[in-house]
Order: sequence, then C-alpha cells, then structure tokens
Amino acid sequence: MSLIVTRAEPSVAGVGDYITLMKPRVMSLVVFTAIVGLLIAPVHVHPVIALTALICITVGAGAAGALNMWYDADIDACMARTAGRPIPRGRITPGEAAGFGMTLAAFSVVSLGLLVNFVAAALLAFTIAFYVVIYTIWLKRSTSQNIVIGGVAGALPPMIGWAAATGSLAVEPVLLFLIIFFWTPPHFWALALFRSEDYARAKVPMLPVVAGDRETRRQILLYALVLAPLGTAPWFLGYAGPLFGAVALALGAVMIALALRVRAEKHGHRAGKQLFGFSLLYLFLLFAMLLVDRLSAGLFDHLGHLAE
Amino acid sequence: MTIVSGTMNRAADGQGPDNSFKNRIKLTEQQLRARRARSIAIALALGAFVVVIFLVTLVRLGSNIAPRPM
Repeated sequence: MSLIVTRAEPSVAGVGDYITLMKPRVMSLVVFTAIVGLLIAPVHVHPVIALTALICITVGAGAAGALNMWYDADIDACMARTAGRPIPRGRITPGEAAGFGMTLAAFSVVSLGLLVNFVAAALLAFTIAFYVVIYTIWLKRSTSQNIVIGGVAGALPPMIGWAAATGSLAVEPVLLFLIIFFWTPPHFWALALFRSEDYARAKVPMLPVVAGDRETRRQILLYALVLAPLGTAPWFLGYAGPLFGAVALALGAVMIALALRVRAEKHGHRAGKQLFGFSLLYLFLLFAMLLVDRLSAGLFDHLGHLAE
Repeated sequence: MTIVSGTMNRAADGQGPDNSFKNRIKLTEQQLRARRARSIAIALALGAFVVVIFLVTLVRLGSNIAPRPM
C-alpha cells in the first residue's frame, strides 16, 4: 500500500486578488444604492451607525461576489471578460474563495444584526443567499430569465439601507427596488448582445444565445418602456420634487431612444454598447438626483426653521 | 507503506522525529511577500472591526447613559 500525502502549493495571492474576488465594481453600485436608501429614510441615523451599516453591506456584497466567483470558476475560464479573474488565473484556489466568501458573509450579517438591526441583517442574508443559491447555482445555468429573476439580489440594497435606518420597510424603498429590478434586464442584455459568443462558449443560456438577437432587442425595448415611467414614480407619487421628476423624465426618454436604436440595429453592436454604457449612467444619475432632492429639501426646511 | 511527509516518514522508519527540515516547504520570496501582505491586511481588518465595535458601543451606551441624572 502506498499513501502519498501531497501538499498544496503555498498561495501567492496578494491582497489585490482578494479585492478582485469581491467584485469591487459591482460592490460600488451596491454601496451607492444602499447609501441612497439609507439617507432618504425619514429618520435621523447616527453617523457611526450609518457607516457601520454601509461597511456591513459592502462586505456582504463582497462575500456574494466571492461565492459567485467560487461557483462560476469553470464558466469564468471560458469567457474573455472573466478569464483574468483570480480563480481561473490560478492565483486563488476555489476552496480559498469559498472560505473567504463564507467568512465575510457570516461576519457581515451577524455584525449588521448585532450593531444595527435585525431587519437589515435578515435582508442582507436573504440578498447574499439569493445571489449565490438562486441566481449563481440555480438560474444562471438553467434559464434565459436568469438575470431577470436574479436581478432581485441586485435590487435589494436600497431596501437594506432603508431598513438599516428605520428598522422597517415602506413603499419608497420598494419603488427603488422596482427601478433597479426593471433596469437590470436591459443593462445585462445590452452587454450579452455583444458578448453572446462568450456566453455560448461557456454554455450560459443568456437570452441572445437562447432566443437570438432579434428577440433580445425586442425585450430590451419592452423593459425600457416599463423602466422609464417607473423611474419617475418617486416624483408623481409625491416622494420627490419636480427637479427629480424632470431629470427622471429626460433620462427615461434617452433610455427609450437608445433601446429603439438597439431594436432597429441590424448589424454590429454599436447601439448595444451605447445602451450598456448609458444604463449605468441612468441608474447613477437617477439615484444621485433622489439624494440631492432629499438633502436639498432637508436643507431648505432647516433654513426655514432658522428664519423663524 | 510510503508516506511522503518528513515527520511521518522518519517515525515509520523507527528513527524518531525528523529534525532535518529537509522535507519542509521553503517559501519563495514571492510567496513570503504575498503572505506578509495578506497578514497585514487581516490585521488591519481586525483592527478596524475592533474600532467599529468600540464606537458603536459608545454610541449605543452613550445615548442611554447621557439622560441619566448624576
């Protein structure tokens, strides 16, 4: 009998590899939308508690990213966009990524629960579980509606931010959830249009791979038509002022115009790339305007009290 | 039975524990640098965690203690 005890090669992974594992670009969008959810809540939150909540949400988002990269390492290795990630490159082993992700997930959820409140912690736990189990493990490889249903995870951060501030939920954060939920399909399908060969090689059933470019372009337009009025909802439901309403209308009009160009495009992916780029700007400006609207309203109230 | 591991190999041969260190892994310069960087990052993260717990404790306790009559 021969028993060979092999040793794993000691890791050469640097801090940067672990930061990459947390998907910093996705994390920045999550943190930004969570900040908006937290700051527009109609309660005063102590800055230390607000900062603690944001750190926990950031780390939780990073944990979800690391667990996604752990499970999707085989897919990532087949796609040009993701082949340079730490696991396919051999910098971090899948086991290390799984351990890192699980540790961060546990730390972030428990800390948010003990230091801020349990409603926010439960939502964060649900978000991480949804992204990893429902989206990454189940939907991503099995249906062309993967990013539609999986979009729930990306849409929850403003609700976590609001819950961190208030300890409860309301219509306003649900509106923000719906905006991100309906923003996700046109954003990701615009990307999938010009990356469809990559997805096909990795056997990921994205809509352009399964249903073709024509159907994808049609559905991008449909979602843009729902998104544009939904983006103005905080204004016409009375949660935001006319400045927000004007900006939301203008952004929605551009979104629809670009979706129409994508629909009309027969060859190439110029319009798809433009829509992908603009969709990021759309979400950023819409949420930034909501923040500006709320903070300026608070400032005017404060000045009014001082004048009295 | 062959066990490729310093200590176990010697123990199997009845020669006592391995003190030669010849089978131990010697980290390369790059591996040492990476380990040092990871260790510093973990230390900083734990330090930040302690500071956060301390500040939140101050805020939570402070708001309960402040209204109390002296």
